[in-house]
Amino acid sequence: MDESGGRQVDRRGFIKGSAVGAAAFAGQGKMMTERTEEANVHEADAHEHGHGHGHDHDHDHQDVPSDIALRVRALESVLIEKEMVDPAVLDEIVDTFENRIGPQNGARVVARAWVDPGFRDRLLADGTSAIGELDYLGGQGEHMKVVANTDTVHNLIVCTLCSCYPWPTLGLPPVWYKSSAYRARAVIEPREVLQEFGLDLPEDVEVRVWDSTAEIRYLVLPQRPPGTEDMTEEELADLVTRDSMIGVARVAALSSSGGGR
Amino acid sequence: MNTIHDMGGMDGFGLVEPEDNEPVFHHRWEGRVFALTRAVGRWGRGRNWPGFRFTLESIPPDEYLRMSYYERWFRMMTSRLLGSGLLTETELETGYADPDTPTPEMLSASRSGSLGFGLLDLDLPARFSPGDRVRARNLHPRGHTRQPRYLRGRVGTVVEDFGVYALQDSDDAGQQPTDRPQHVYSVRFQARELWGDRAAAGDSVYADLWEDYLEPA
Repeated sequence: MDESGGRQVDRRGFIKGSAVGAAAFAGQGKMMTERTEEANVHEADAHEHGHGHGHDHDHDHQDVPSDIALRVRALESVLIEKEMVDPAVLDEIVDTFENRIGPQNGARVVARAWVDPGFRDRLLADGTSAIGELDYLGGQGEHMKVVANTDTVHNLIVCTLCSCYPWPTLGLPPVWYKSSAYRARAVIEPREVLQEFGLDLPEDVEVRVWDSTAEIRYLVLPQRPPGTEDMTEEELADLVTRDSMIGVARVAALSSSGGGR
Repeated sequence: MNTIHDMGGMDGFGLVEPEDNEPVFHHRWEGRVFALTRAVGRWGRGRNWPGFRFTLESIPPDEYLRMSYYERWFRMMTSRLLGSGLLTETELETGYADPDTPTPEMLSASRSGSLGFGLLDLDLPARFSPGDRVRARNLHPRGHTRQPRYLRGRVGTVVEDFGVYALQDSDDAGQQPTDRPQHVYSVRFQARELWGDRAAAGDSVYADLWEDYLEPA
């Protein structure tokens, strides 16, 4: 405990230092040589990330932390100092949503429904209770409705007003799901949106769009792809993508180069 | 309120742009905003914070469109903290607690009878049943509502009664004035009822609507 407490103080001191740097950078920092200021702030940012973290996408390659990053750091620092939040709790929340909750949970629900007709019936009749059997209920997934795709019906989930999404089964939503374009278009031109995702639905397939306006959260039960009759439940779960459970994709028999969607 | 968050059916936003192998949070600060928002929530007890969604929707539309998702959350969280005196502008700017500001005190919930968000075990009569034709009422409240604009005045069919939930609409200041538990229904609207010939004939849009939003058609 002592050790972690000590680390927290260190880290706090550190965050404060960078927050001061932030204020200077935002204010009279221009009067100093910008290079020096940038270097300081960048070093702070690298430190706070810890070493060897896995962010290798483009967004993090900026040399100077954005204004919002600095403001968030200042907010976190002051809330910790005022003992309104516990940094360990913050770490725990981030870890939960980065590593423990995600579409792999929903994929297990789908795979179970594919191999167990009784479970499938219960899932479609009372999604909350059936998903509860697998222990995937929780915040933003307390009340679940599961809608099944068939040869003649295709379901699509959206939240036009905000970003409602079944967290315990799918994790936090991707950026595109929360985007203006998706929220605006999914209800008025779902077929065009699906086409952009590579899903060209014939006219005789009925499209049902579910706008998550209240406290019920939705999950699409995609169709089991042909040629998977010999696969185990675990193997089937590996085929099921997040996008197929939102309804913007089908499940392919062999994992294609869809790249984690 | 009639503002930009209520986007269903709008044109002009361009293509939906999915990202392969998308991380949960694109920047460290996004995860911190998400976690801070959740962790700080208990400080709202007894302080009459305006609703989460109300506060997001109160961001002026031109700013809302320029902000990323977690930038909106940051604005929402800081506006609640500043508004209830738990944080000062100076503290937010400097990252240091003001030694002259009293230590925040945890309050107990003061809004008695709050029914929360979840399904309620209340035996209230249901005004509508599956199969009923209903019209979404022409409501334009200044507070938060879950009735999207694109449904107002349109006729649909009740397909399911989800049971009783507290109505989440707020007053003009973002407060849920009284809890109004009532049935929530899944209502199916023919896509052409909403969008005319632009929609395909057999397609439909389903929405979950509280009883107050509906009248017999």
